[in-house]
Amino acid sequence: MEIIIDNKKIEVDKGKTVLEAAKENGIVIPTLCHSSFLEDVGACRMCLIEDLADGKLKTSCTTEVKEGMEVLTKSERVEDSRRTILDLLISDHPLDCMTCEAGGNCILQDLAYHYGIERSSYGAKVERRFEIERNNEFIELDPDKCILCGKCIRVDQDIQCSDAIDFVDRGFQTKVGAANDEGLGGEDSTCVFCGQCVELCPTGALSYIPSQNKGREYDFEKTVTTCPYCGVGCQLELKTRDRKVIEVGSVYREGTPNPYGEACVKGRFGYDFINHPDRLKKPLIKRNGSFEEAEWEEALSMVAERLTEIKDEYGGRALAGLSSAKCTNEENYLMQKFMRAVIGTNSVDHCARLCHASTVAGLVKAFGSGAMTNSIAEIEGSDVIFVIGSNPTENHPVIGSKMKKAQKQGTKLIVADPRQIELSSLAEVAIQHRPGTDVALLNGLIHVIIDEGLADQKFIEERTENYEYLASVVEDYTPEKVEEITGVEAVKIKKAARLYAEADKAAIYFAMGITQHRTGTDNVLSVANLALLTGNVGRESTGVNPLRGQNNVQGACDLGALSNVYPGYQSVEDPEIKEKFARAWETEELSEEVGLTVVEIFKQAGKEIKGLYIIGENPVISDPDQRHIEESLDKLDFLVVEDIFLTETAKFADVVLPAACFAEKEGTFTNTERRIQKVNQAIEPPGEARADWKIISEISTRMGYQMNYDSPAEIMAEIAEVTPIYGGIYADRLGDKGLQWPCKDREDPGTKFLHQGEFARGKGKFHPVTYIPPAEEVDEEYDFIMMTGRMLYHFHTGTMTRNSEPIDKHEPDAYLEINEKDAKKLRIKEGDRVRVTSRRGEVETNVRIGERVQPGQIFMPFHYAESPANRLTNPVLDQDAKIPELKVTAVKIEKVKSNKI
Amino acid sequence: MAVIKLSALDHIFEKYEEKKGNLIPVLHDIQEEIGYLPVEVQRYASKKLGVAMSKIYGVISFYSFFTTEPKGEHTIGVCMGTACYVKGAEDILNRLKEELEIETGQTTADNKFTMTVTRCLGTCSMAPVIMIDEQVHGNLTAAKIPEVINKY
Repeated sequence: MEIIIDNKKIEVDKGKTVLEAAKENGIVIPTLCHSSFLEDVGACRMCLIEDLADGKLKTSCTTEVKEGMEVLTKSERVEDSRRTILDLLISDHPLDCMTCEAGGNCILQDLAYHYGIERSSYGAKVERRFEIERNNEFIELDPDKCILCGKCIRVDQDIQCSDAIDFVDRGFQTKVGAANDEGLGGEDSTCVFCGQCVELCPTGALSYIPSQNKGREYDFEKTVTTCPYCGVGCQLELKTRDRKVIEVGSVYREGTPNPYGEACVKGRFGYDFINHPDRLKKPLIKRNGSFEEAEWEEALSMVAERLTEIKDEYGGRALAGLSSAKCTNEENYLMQKFMRAVIGTNSVDHCARLCHASTVAGLVKAFGSGAMTNSIAEIEGSDVIFVIGSNPTENHPVIGSKMKKAQKQGTKLIVADPRQIELSSLAEVAIQHRPGTDVALLNGLIHVIIDEGLADQKFIEERTENYEYLASVVEDYTPEKVEEITGVEAVKIKKAARLYAEADKAAIYFAMGITQHRTGTDNVLSVANLALLTGNVGRESTGVNPLRGQNNVQGACDLGALSNVYPGYQSVEDPEIKEKFARAWETEELSEEVGLTVVEIFKQAGKEIKGLYIIGENPVISDPDQRHIEESLDKLDFLVVEDIFLTETAKFADVVLPAACFAEKEGTFTNTERRIQKVNQAIEPPGEARADWKIISEISTRMGYQMNYDSPAEIMAEIAEVTPIYGGIYADRLGDKGLQWPCKDREDPGTKFLHQGEFARGKGKFHPVTYIPPAEEVDEEYDFIMMTGRMLYHFHTGTMTRNSEPIDKHEPDAYLEINEKDAKKLRIKEGDRVRVTSRRGEVETNVRIGERVQPGQIFMPFHYAESPANRLTNPVLDQDAKIPELKVTAVKIEKVKSNKI
Repeated sequence: MAVIKLSALDHIFEKYEEKKGNLIPVLHDIQEEIGYLPVEVQRYASKKLGVAMSKIYGVISFYSFFTTEPKGEHTIGVCMGTACYVKGAEDILNRLKEELEIETGQTTADNKFTMTVTRCLGTCSMAPVIMIDEQVHGNLTAAKIPEVINKY
């Protein structure tokens, strides 16, 4: 339709607001409370326009365009009322722009400048009316600077979905506040410190505490890059000054995993580690038991010589490498290429073995591809979301928020987790099954669906095989029998089964709660069975979606940092594939024998394995049975560790090489939805630290195999040549949204969801599985089941978050969660110190009492080196995927010391 | 402070079917029953209704009717309407503060009185007035205050 703005004829689509129409045509209308992705409320009255039809002043953000409409955006009346509004706002606003954090980044300041309002004609604000709130490490709220635009509240409630803040009090006393008006850090506050409110605040009312007085917006250089924490792959803006990261800003970009600038506390505040004084700055060589700084030349030569010696004496199979899910795709590719083409072993693995190895094994069998089938943006479109063994609001917070948003809009949630997680409270059906009984539970759901005729027969006939076998195996798993095994009432099992099966678009999301079991692969196969049975694969907003835990664990797997596959999941045992890589890499060293996996490498240390090259991994904290890992590292003839800190693992090394972190190098990460995204360099590495791809190249070249790459882009081009699923991935094609694999050539736009029309393996295959109990169950001595996992504030082995001051201050101490009934029985109170003992070791930690875990179970996060949960865990392996059973450990608990406070 | 048995409030939640939209009537009924809305009750309502604590506090702090402090046996409302104000309502208020040893909005140590200030009560001919529970006391002077409160 046609409308006239400021005497100019404009073509505009129906349904737009006048503000949008103006913006599209380059006409600037000032706003304070508007944001393109939040509901408009017309609160600030800055966007007034004059409608010539009725002569009224209207808020352009809430006025829809009408055919023939004629408006003025800068008439005298409009400008006068804007001036009056500003005048009123400023009469209650401190004029402290000189010292305000928002100086230079304040819409109120800009508008006052534009309209020439030096001071208010109603008099200046003399006294404070409110207290400044800063009872937390992250965000300060100064209500005196607040203009009550409500953007912070809308982003908190509608995008982040934390409902932490709202307008409180009334009249002139109205302000933005948290629960009980106790501030964001108050006892009942649900704030998770994502910082999205700060990003949208048009004034200095909300500001980041850690970056106060360290620079203003115009002082910073800005670099958009990919977050180094979980697998969501948020795009973030690093704000740097004098080679330091000072602040992390939001990026608002359609088509990225976080289009509305979403982030979590780790991405937003976990950056101190980058400029930490303890960063490794020079290579270290251990002499007579202690480290001495060395020159690169000496360190690199020593590594090359020692690796060559071991290879010459024992053969390539005596060496192994651990690559890193934290490093870039290009670096992972080079690491596995180095181990295979130069050393001549397939014993190159990484921590995915401890997280999603069973996913890859299971989903490849069932579908032919081991990755998340659908995309993050599809979450909102699902009718039902079944979350099992995943705690997204803590571990993949931006995905967690999207699920909460979907639930608000009508999506039904089924949540199955031994613990009562945040999503449980929002679920239509919340299930708390006993740890390790997932197969029984899933078989029970399948039983009900078949029994009640809810299976998708057409899908089963056309697109799957082996259904009859599945039907016969699950016949035994009646809801009543499953109730006995899992502890979940039969009615709940039936309700969940119906809800999932009757939905048009149902999606499953899972993580470590499914995979980290000795039956991990079976668990994954059961999940796949459920999706196949109901035709919930190969369509938008459906699928089987493993959430990957590390920024680039998807990429590290994709690029062959696994002992059984070359890049692109091409089997090392296939002679044709081997031949292809031998030609591409011009090497005769390639082995057809599957290499050792993470846990096997440590088992063989000192025996088959004499030397180990570790990049960016910290197995002393992350791997099961800590004592065994430490003993294994001691037994090695030679250990080289490449990392950003002298980690618990690096302390065992003969040579330590200082690496650059994500902010200091170029490359790509692949997120959980298969999206390859750019990593851009913001600052120089500290001291003499170097990017891992450069270090690997140097060592390789010194060992006689030339690696001369000028840039990660050049490595990516080589990857595209040998990796069909990355065939169209070139640095110059990634743009600002990246590309999702499979992407076969330069013309391919990438793939949003997998298995449309046909599975990667042809037909989807049912793999019936029977329930096998966990390796350890409770007995008289070890009378609790311990689960391990992550929490919101820390990440993995803590190398990054525990070296980020505000985060570690907020959550400084390790803990275990125990049910209040057990606590009563054991006479332990909140904060008491207890000793937790398993068959493999003991740790001390602090008690948190509540209802999150059921009686008989405890939960411990594994981030804390001082209370390492993995000293207790069981290294018993899943036979297919070689993943250890980190989720179920029998332990006993004894009180050590009472909490004195 | 007396211990509140939260499950004793369940009949109210049942009456309103534990629906989010019924927050205000639920809070209203609870306050009718126990006199105020302490944090434990807010937490219970938050869990029962699935409404965030921030929202509950927003509502409680918005409506002057709601209170998070326990109310005394009797509520004194000191009229601060224009007529009363001109006729010395401030003196009345100050004297009450002195006698009862509390500030506006507080409750006496013996839990007998809660004192609030109100807008015009519509009995300007008797200004200045205070209202104790449903009873209006007019034509007051500061000196008359002890006598008035001693009646209770």
